[in-house]
Amino acid sequence: MKPAPFEYRRPGTLAEAVEALAGEPNAKVLAGGQSLVPLLSMRLAAPALLVDINEIPGLDTIEIEDGGVRVGALARHAAVLASDDVRRVQPLVPMALSHVAHATIRNRGTTVGSLVHADAAAEMPVVLTLLGGSLEVEGPAGRRTIPAAELFVGPLESSVGHDEVAVSAYFPGLAPGAGVAFEEIARRHGDYALVGAAALVEGESVRVGYLSVSDVPSVVDLTGVADADLGEAALAQLEPMDDIHATAAYRAQLVRVLTGRVVRSARDFAEGAR
Amino acid sequence: MTTKLMGQKVQRVEDQRFLRGHGRYVDDVAVDPGQHTVLHAAVLRSPHAHARILDIDVSDVLDVEGVHAVYTYDDLASCSPQMAEPLPLLIPHPALTHGRTQYALAKDEVNYVGEAIAFVVADDRYLAEDAVSRIRVDYEFLTPVVGIDAARAATSLVHEDVPGNVGARMEQNVGDAPAAIAKAPHRLELDLTVERSACMPMEGRGTVARWDADINRLQLWTSTQSSTGVRAAVAVKMGLDLGQVDVITPDVGGGFGVKINHPWPEELLVPMAARALGRTVKFTEDRREHFISSAHERGQVQHIEVGFDDDGRLLGLDVEFWHDHGAYTPYGLIVPIITSTQLLGPYKPQNYRVVFESLYTNTVIVTPYRGAGRPQGCYAMERTMDAIAQYLGKDRAEVRAVNFIQPDEFPFDQGMIFQDGRELEYDSGDYPAMLEKIKDLVGWDEFPAFQQEMAEQGRQVGIGLACYVEGTGVGPYEGAHVHIETSGKVKVATGLTTQGQGHATVFAQLVADELGVKFEDVEVVTGDTRRMAYAVGTFASRAAVMSGSAIHLAAKRAKEKVLKIAAEALEADEKDLEIVDGVVSVKGSPGTSIDLGTVSVLSNPLRYAFDEKSKAATQFSIGDPGKPPVAEDDEPGLEGKDFYSPERATFASGMHAVIVETDPDTAEITILKYAVVHDCGHLINPMIVEGQIHGGVAQGIGGALYERMAYDESGQLLNASFMDFLMPYVTEVPDGIDIDHLETPSPLNPLGIKGAGEAGVIPSAAVFAAAIEDAERLSSTGLAITAMPISPSELFTLRQAAVEEVAQQPSRNPRTREDPA
Repeated sequence: MKPAPFEYRRPGTLAEAVEALAGEPNAKVLAGGQSLVPLLSMRLAAPALLVDINEIPGLDTIEIEDGGVRVGALARHAAVLASDDVRRVQPLVPMALSHVAHATIRNRGTTVGSLVHADAAAEMPVVLTLLGGSLEVEGPAGRRTIPAAELFVGPLESSVGHDEVAVSAYFPGLAPGAGVAFEEIARRHGDYALVGAAALVEGESVRVGYLSVSDVPSVVDLTGVADADLGEAALAQLEPMDDIHATAAYRAQLVRVLTGRVVRSARDFAEGAR
Repeated sequence: MTTKLMGQKVQRVEDQRFLRGHGRYVDDVAVDPGQHTVLHAAVLRSPHAHARILDIDVSDVLDVEGVHAVYTYDDLASCSPQMAEPLPLLIPHPALTHGRTQYALAKDEVNYVGEAIAFVVADDRYLAEDAVSRIRVDYEFLTPVVGIDAARAATSLVHEDVPGNVGARMEQNVGDAPAAIAKAPHRLELDLTVERSACMPMEGRGTVARWDADINRLQLWTSTQSSTGVRAAVAVKMGLDLGQVDVITPDVGGGFGVKINHPWPEELLVPMAARALGRTVKFTEDRREHFISSAHERGQVQHIEVGFDDDGRLLGLDVEFWHDHGAYTPYGLIVPIITSTQLLGPYKPQNYRVVFESLYTNTVIVTPYRGAGRPQGCYAMERTMDAIAQYLGKDRAEVRAVNFIQPDEFPFDQGMIFQDGRELEYDSGDYPAMLEKIKDLVGWDEFPAFQQEMAEQGRQVGIGLACYVEGTGVGPYEGAHVHIETSGKVKVATGLTTQGQGHATVFAQLVADELGVKFEDVEVVTGDTRRMAYAVGTFASRAAVMSGSAIHLAAKRAKEKVLKIAAEALEADEKDLEIVDGVVSVKGSPGTSIDLGTVSVLSNPLRYAFDEKSKAATQFSIGDPGKPPVAEDDEPGLEGKDFYSPERATFASGMHAVIVETDPDTAEITILKYAVVHDCGHLINPMIVEGQIHGGVAQGIGGALYERMAYDESGQLLNASFMDFLMPYVTEVPDGIDIDHLETPSPLNPLGIKGAGEAGVIPSAAVFAAAIEDAERLSSTGLAITAMPISPSELFTLRQAAVEEVAQQPSRNPRTREDPA
């Protein structure tokens, strides 16, 4: 469990980081390293170059912008989770973050890193997708914004180019009168969820995002569905997977249970806000 | 008079060191950063479960800078002819007709994913792993045999010269069980399965070797449960005399059984390379390697037939089981023999037949894991008890009680041969008293009302009970050496090893009590062959019983010598002396005294006055000037050495009860209460015993609800990491475990003690199956839970099956239970 040899660079500016990436197609960006370092140690990933962005100033910001939250590439999960601004503007973010692994991992791991890693079993990709957020990246051609709907393209695969560095993520704020909720069921405290669900209720609109159900974050629109039918309506649009921890039938059951729970909670949230 | 320490909750002397990061494990030995004097090893392991090796090409490795050596099977004979032979089969048994062991490096064939093929030594582990990835092996694929069903079907063979994949078949009979069952008023049959898990110590395996060419001696540090065993194995395999090999076991970060198997391939390859290269060589196993190349346990399929009377009294028990022992059998039949004998628990079956087949599969080897076959046996018997109670509509505790061996029946001979080759004869116990204690502790009689109350709130709760008897402290022997230095400090050595149990504390308690010295003045060393050359090892809950007794006896001998010398020095009668806090004095005359350090000086006629003690000692005159300074029947020095060797194991016992809640929607399983009553005879340190129980229960919860080895049909282990192999965290273990003790002393040893190391883990599968079943009430016609461990997903599958069963048979409602218990 020792990584294969790699070159390591620690640029002081974003421009240097982009330049470093441009020179090596088989490069990886290192931020919090909570997913990447285990992959390196198990030799499941063997990049030729690691570009460590931890010394680039100004990337650890958490700012309120246009009624939403912009989270910099070096903002740690723990900092985002602790931010009163984030909690006020988009409470779904801390609701989901409290389920991300364990405290020690949240102290080091970054929210943007988790998005770029694009694990469909992780919390933040679903949250970004459900909220319609986006990722800002910088590459040789300059800066561009990738909407969440175009970001997660496959299992552990995002549309961030190999020559691009993610700079920040944008989570839209919660509209007045809207409600959110997040719940997940995991085997152990801090594990990846067997199934997780995030709900967003805005007026008549009811949407629910799921993690660990399929290999990309899935969001279904349940607007107008009777309460008793929510679970089945969601399942009609999902195809839960089998793995060593749960059968597809059990995951379907959890989708039924969690869908009802999060929609109810989100409605209660909206009620409380009014 | 100082308080006796036996039975006191003495704080562990180990904890400050361990908790502050000052433990010294194998990987901490020979750390010399920057000097690069230590070389590091990595192993190429088979990626295939079953294949013939056609060719191994190491040419890409040889020129890599920083790589010192690469070894394959063909290189082993250059160390010694024995090195090229298969690894030892440690415990042969006549029933093990087809025992097979692997080679230190695979010869011609690999039989599990993880089997060692090549061994690389390099400047550091990074380079060694780089080199491993450059070795190319050509394989011819053979059909893998994975799982007990495939092994029994035997459409493919693991070893082509082992027909039916059957390594051993063993049968024991007490009375005539089939006949008794045929005549019994009631009969039941059960089919049960238990899956694999593994020990998973925090520290994996590890070995460091240093060859000193100047004195032709090998020094080996290894993370083992038997340093003397490793020493003998390494000496033989390397063609050395025993006297040329020292094995030192430093702190060991957990064993739980896996480190009793030896020698592991690396325990031979590391010293081989160290001698060949003239450099210190280190191997530190990583977690993935631990999953695929150490050992697993627990996998069994069981078929049980039982006959009983109207009270639930067993009339005959006929058990057949199939034990998955993996690809090789280095540890013989210990695990299935234990299952087959310890299955009986605290009960008298009257007629018992047990037959097992120990089967080869293309998976990691199986050697003892804490409990060592007992959890499976307990599961078989306790599920049977539950099935009988359900069938008769009786209280589950009552059915157990009618089958108990009674207190006046000890010693009780079960009429079988135990794991140590001796009679399975229980020495002492009081099972009816224990049952009363566990019922009180868990609230057994009040539970139905609680269950009803919860049901009215839409909540499902259930209770389970399981009983076991555990043969502990098996022989053949253990020894101890006690040395009182001229400082008055006492140095104690025993040969068995320590993996965190707290031996340095409990053994010091025993010595302090016997010698009359301060606890702080006693220092205990374990597992160092330089200090104690004859020893067996730490397994089978034997350390306290075996080494504890030996230390007690050795301290007694040292004390005899102290009293003899002190009596002469003080011109008093030995019988009038007492030792308190390290000072020998005449009872009732405290002024007439001599401290132990001075006694130690007097014990050695060579008396250079190095220290104040020696100068002071000159005032005392002992010995007869007309005779040799050391008498014919005497030795210089103040030492005591003795061995303890019991005629048979001593049998501890226990009962566990658990209350669980199951979520009607998500099938999640929550533990509401866990209660343990335990009898290990006299307690040396109740805090340490309770710690053993806490750890065992945590491990048992893992085995019952979380852990399994997820092999696919090609023999790949799909969950070989702590991300997917679910060991319980502290968050999955109840905050409190209610513990009560019963103390029925063992008549077999001077301290009246029994082993306690494995107790916490034995009944877990049985007790959780029972409690979940009680909460779920899935079937009124038989046991619903017959496979353990059980996950929420599997519980959900059982619920669906029950719903389908009801749909097919509308007259029966599985949610209604006939059992009034």
